[in-house]
Amino acid sequence: MSVIIILLIASISIAGLFLVAFLWGVKSGQFEDDYSPSSRILFDDKPSSSNQPNK
Amino acid sequence: MSQTALTKNKLSCYHCGESCLNDKIQSGDKIFCCEGCKMVFQILNQNELCEYYNLNDNPGINQRIQVREDKFAFLDNKQVQDQLISFRDEEQIHVTFYLPQMHCSSCLYLVENLHRLDTGVISSKVNFTRKEVDIVFLSAKTSLRKVAEILTSIGYEPYISLNDLKSKRPAIDKSMIYQIGIAGFCFGNVMLLSFPEYLGIDVTENSLRLLFRWISFVLAIPVLLYSALPFYTSSWKSLKHKFLNIDTPVALAIIITFIRSAYEVISGTGGGYFDSMTGIVFFMLAGRILQNKTYRQLSFERDYSSYFPVAVSVLKEEKEIPTILPDIKTNDTLLIHNEELIPADGILTKGKAFIDYSFVTGESIPVEKGVGEIVYAGGKQTAGNIEILVVKEVAQSYLTKLWNRDEFKKEKKNNRSFVHLLSRYFTYIVLSIATITAIYWSINDPSRIWPAITAVFIIACPCALLLANTFTNGNILQILARNRFYLRNAETIEDIAKIDHIVFDKTGTLTSTQQQDIVYTGTPLSLIQQEQIAALAAGSSHPLSKALSRHFTIDGQHSVESFREIPGKGIQGIVDGDFIKIGSETFTENKTLNNSGTFVYVTINDKTAGHFRFSNHYRNTVPDLIKRLKPQFQLSVLSGDNDSERENLKKIAGSDTKSLFYQKPENKADYIRQLQVKGEKVMMIGDGLNDAGALKQSDIGIAVTDQSNNFTPSSDAIIESGRLSSLPKFIKLCRANRNIVVASFVLSIVYNIVGLFFAVQGTLSPLIAAILMPASSISILLLTFGSSSILARRMRL
Repeated sequence: MSVIIILLIASISIAGLFLVAFLWGVKSGQFEDDYSPSSRILFDDKPSSSNQPNK
Repeated sequence: MSQTALTKNKLSCYHCGESCLNDKIQSGDKIFCCEGCKMVFQILNQNELCEYYNLNDNPGINQRIQVREDKFAFLDNKQVQDQLISFRDEEQIHVTFYLPQMHCSSCLYLVENLHRLDTGVISSKVNFTRKEVDIVFLSAKTSLRKVAEILTSIGYEPYISLNDLKSKRPAIDKSMIYQIGIAGFCFGNVMLLSFPEYLGIDVTENSLRLLFRWISFVLAIPVLLYSALPFYTSSWKSLKHKFLNIDTPVALAIIITFIRSAYEVISGTGGGYFDSMTGIVFFMLAGRILQNKTYRQLSFERDYSSYFPVAVSVLKEEKEIPTILPDIKTNDTLLIHNEELIPADGILTKGKAFIDYSFVTGESIPVEKGVGEIVYAGGKQTAGNIEILVVKEVAQSYLTKLWNRDEFKKEKKNNRSFVHLLSRYFTYIVLSIATITAIYWSINDPSRIWPAITAVFIIACPCALLLANTFTNGNILQILARNRFYLRNAETIEDIAKIDHIVFDKTGTLTSTQQQDIVYTGTPLSLIQQEQIAALAAGSSHPLSKALSRHFTIDGQHSVESFREIPGKGIQGIVDGDFIKIGSETFTENKTLNNSGTFVYVTINDKTAGHFRFSNHYRNTVPDLIKRLKPQFQLSVLSGDNDSERENLKKIAGSDTKSLFYQKPENKADYIRQLQVKGEKVMMIGDGLNDAGALKQSDIGIAVTDQSNNFTPSSDAIIESGRLSSLPKFIKLCRANRNIVVASFVLSIVYNIVGLFFAVQGTLSPLIAAILMPASSISILLLTFGSSSILARRMRL
């Protein structure tokens, strides 16, 4: 009996965490632009010198 | 010379990929089509940003048309700044620019590395879907104008229109997403907590059962108070207008279900219907979100101010003063630079005007105007600077006045959907069933009145109808959008289903703005000569030159020397040693032919060769489109041009199609109003600003565009020109919408009758409700989604 109550609390709080994560994601605009982040991750911070075109 | 450039047959610009006349413009081993492209490359090279070219081939934007140096001088104006800047403190300024040129990941890379070009920029973050960049910069180190100029120097000129001055864009409303998130969370948990009760929990564990009920109760509160808000507000709004819409019975059912369930839990008599209530709210919100999905890159609300610039140069005592448009007064002298839009009606006082009215009429070939002639707002000057004397203020100009006409401001009636009508009958029936039940039980067993009545309301909520409607609409909108036909909202589907008369604009809609039919008369040209002409024409961005260079295919390599373009007159150059001139009759020293139409003359080595006649090119799909629309709809064609095309049009559209020529914008709108007075439902299909009035007047205005992110006048729908041929299919799909909704409604009524059978007896157990609710919702989902998708597939959409 008491174990069910513990399980209940655990399950609802985990679900609650996911809800909070979802709301935070919407609020921070993660669903607004699905193109830029995927390309941005591919950019090097500084292009190495081998990438430089010859002058 | 570059290896890569020679292996290809044609020389293409390293920056923008367009074909180059010759290999004169070089930097290192790279070839460019113009100085502008080369300059951008050099800026990037100096700042080690050449990664730009590695991410995509030829990612640049053609820079042949140079932006004039002090174009952004108006950004020093405090008033303009205040409107554009979203945030400022002592150090930083935040601003958002719209960059329509952005098209690939290279653009993203470059614009986000703005801080390497200007140390004053702290950060620049791109929102690619909206083609916007949020820039944060230090006001001490740089200025708004400098940032805009740096963006322009690398080929991303910010688009700042008069519309930006008027109001700040509203932020996207995310509240419904929050609401569905919370509803989903509560629904899932309540459902899990309800299972023990349905499966018959051990009576000895009564305290556990009570706990589950109370947790469900608590979880249902946010659904009632927050998630279901859209239904309350919508029904309240409709009640205020003395109109019963579908949300009223839905809201009522949600509240009654909650009160009844709360009563059961508190009194300890039962578990309530929290799972059904939260579930239905969740599903209904999902339908709403699907139906209201907007296409962020499109705008259906544009008026003239989205096309007009923020400021122009006013000449005062020989000085150019950048002035914002609302401050322009009559009798001001405006200096219109090359490639600038004329913002107000005026008289040409200096210079020669070649005005491109393609924004207005869809006709891309510039019109010549001399000193003393009136030029109308909305045209773009294409040949050098001109001065005009303003005769009417911006808001009073011919085009803008048309826009401000009162009859266009009428709001389209909302909530006229047949769904609301259907739900109203439904509500009346439910109310009478509830009354009969109440009377019956008050005679036989008064204690069962309240359980029976509340059960009737719970089960008879027209949520099934709402679900059927929103999901069908949502799916159809999505199918249409996949086919590049974008509707403003779900109501448009029903409006399209009702139309019986289709009115086309000719120029730019039935005809293509990109292509012209070209007929050559004169001394026959050899293949080499044809290629030489095309090679020469490729050097100019004039629409006629472009059409000419497309007309002939270039196979070989041609070197163009001493190329010159005289704006408004023509182009000349030495191609493979032959001196070729293409242009107007005076430029090429030809005799004037007394023919109407557009002509381009050619001389080769000072000898007249002949002339090309340009005429409108009907889109290839147009004859077929008209053939298929004709049996079902009345058709009309309106044209602002002269009637030289009358015979041609008759061949394509048939003699029973009404075609009117010399139509001014207001004539077009009036023609549609006349049809409407006769009781017809009119669909107007147009493209330019001159159709804007007609588009607004019509029951359904469809704007045709060559690219969906181009500017279109305000309309109910936007269609990509290539998909115009599918229009009959689109209309068919919209008509099917109603049948699908009604069919799913009938199905849901079956469920309702089963539920009512228990409800009137006062024996509706939570278990039956819990089976009926998801079963009906899911079967409706499947039916609506399935049938609309199958239909679309059968139509090959």
